[in-house]
Amino acid sequence: MNRRTFVNVFLGGSLLGTVVSFLYPVIRYLIPPRQAESAAKRILAAKVGELAPNSAKLFRFGSTPAVLVNTAEGQLRAFSAVCTHLNCTVRFEGDTGTFYCPCHNGRFDLAGNVISGPPPKPLQAYEVEVSGGDIYVSRRA
Amino acid sequence: MASLWEKTQAYLEPRFELSAILDFAKKKKVPEHKLSFWYFFGGICLFLFVIQLLTGILLLLYYTPSVDAAHESVQFIMSQVRFGWLVRSVHSWTANILVGVIFIHMFSTFFLKAYRPPRELTWITGFFLLILFLAFGFSGYLLPWNELSFFATRVGTDIAGVIPFVGKAFKTFILGGPEVSGATLTRFFWLHVAVLPAFALLIMGVHVILVQTLGMSKPIGVGETKEISFFPDFILKDSLGWLIILAVVGAVCVFLPWEAGPKADPFASTPLGIRPEWYFTFMFTTLKLVPAHIFTIEGEMLAIMGFMLGGLVVMLVPFLDRRAAREKKSPVFTAIGLAILLYIIIMTALTYLAPNIGK
Repeated sequence: MNRRTFVNVFLGGSLLGTVVSFLYPVIRYLIPPRQAESAAKRILAAKVGELAPNSAKLFRFGSTPAVLVNTAEGQLRAFSAVCTHLNCTVRFEGDTGTFYCPCHNGRFDLAGNVISGPPPKPLQAYEVEVSGGDIYVSRRA
Repeated sequence: MASLWEKTQAYLEPRFELSAILDFAKKKKVPEHKLSFWYFFGGICLFLFVIQLLTGILLLLYYTPSVDAAHESVQFIMSQVRFGWLVRSVHSWTANILVGVIFIHMFSTFFLKAYRPPRELTWITGFFLLILFLAFGFSGYLLPWNELSFFATRVGTDIAGVIPFVGKAFKTFILGGPEVSGATLTRFFWLHVAVLPAFALLIMGVHVILVQTLGMSKPIGVGETKEISFFPDFILKDSLGWLIILAVVGAVCVFLPWEAGPKADPFASTPLGIRPEWYFTFMFTTLKLVPAHIFTIEGEMLAIMGFMLGGLVVMLVPFLDRRAAREKKSPVFTAIGLAILLYIIIMTALTYLAPNIGK
């Protein structure tokens, strides 16, 4: 290696090193800091008797919306209300007894299964537990 | 005695050499033929961008980018600030018209095959500007923090998350976390008022310099034509277009002021009849129609990959259309352009005419 090449490599390498040392903190700064996952494992969703048959209630489960439904037969079921297609929040439709996502017309039955539309997966189901006068919803183990 | 104008000119001339710029503009010729009407749309884009810049600067005075105050500040602008409704309506309407005019400009350039050498980089910078202005629209849409924009952002960012390999990291980056939240609003604001304008000004600068140095492209088969000088003839005609657009924007804003909509509630159901801004509706309706699975691949992933591939083909068309590069007609690329245009028009129309499609 002659002196010119050495100087070029040395100066070029130093310049590259300087650029990287400036860019690295900027890139790390731009990436959002990891936040602790919501600790919600079990949540009080409603009171017994709050939901009439064939009606539903949206509630906050951790950082996402969830839905508790009282079926026409009086069964309590809970699901994540986040549509598995593209993240919209589903709504309960009493007349059809289904969950409907208005974003791309996805429809789920009351077991969370896809009936029609583009959602690729069923709604995530949660456990429902009645304790005294309270209805608790928890993630399935 | 020299007038004030002449004195000012005499002062500025040795410092800025303005006459050199003026001489260049006078010497620069613009061909005039039966299709030269389409040349004006680029200038209209620039004019609308300037309106966006000015009204955006004005809105910054009262807008607050936080979940608790964003919607309230927009309502304050609309109802309390004098002419706030006008400034915000001009900003929102112009944004929509600008995207429309960019599409017209792009498709007219495409069909006139103005992308052929040596204007490949003009085309590519123009394509990047289209992407930038779609990003402007997408990021600006969330800022009032209303329910439509909240859910549109959830869908839009989820689409970004589907992109293979980089999607998830990109989604977290633009959302500022796993969900659309206050961090997302801050990031979108940062993108909308700082990052995107910086890139837009830079790329627009390159685009305009290329247009100025290379001159206007003549369509294939158009021989010797009459020419007019860029300054003042073409600029005067251009400014007529700007005035017409300004009148249209003014009239629309007075009769149809832009609404603030109800405030977003992240834990409420998505409202019925939700749809994104009109320029994203062709993708929105496609996603409604694509089945959940095509073979073993998720339908949405396939659709999104299709859009990305389509975008890539459009961006690289100067290098793909070899016939046009040799100044020969290239009907295949005209047909491809027509197919893309028709697809966008039909899907956009279906969004509004058949909202329950796929239900």
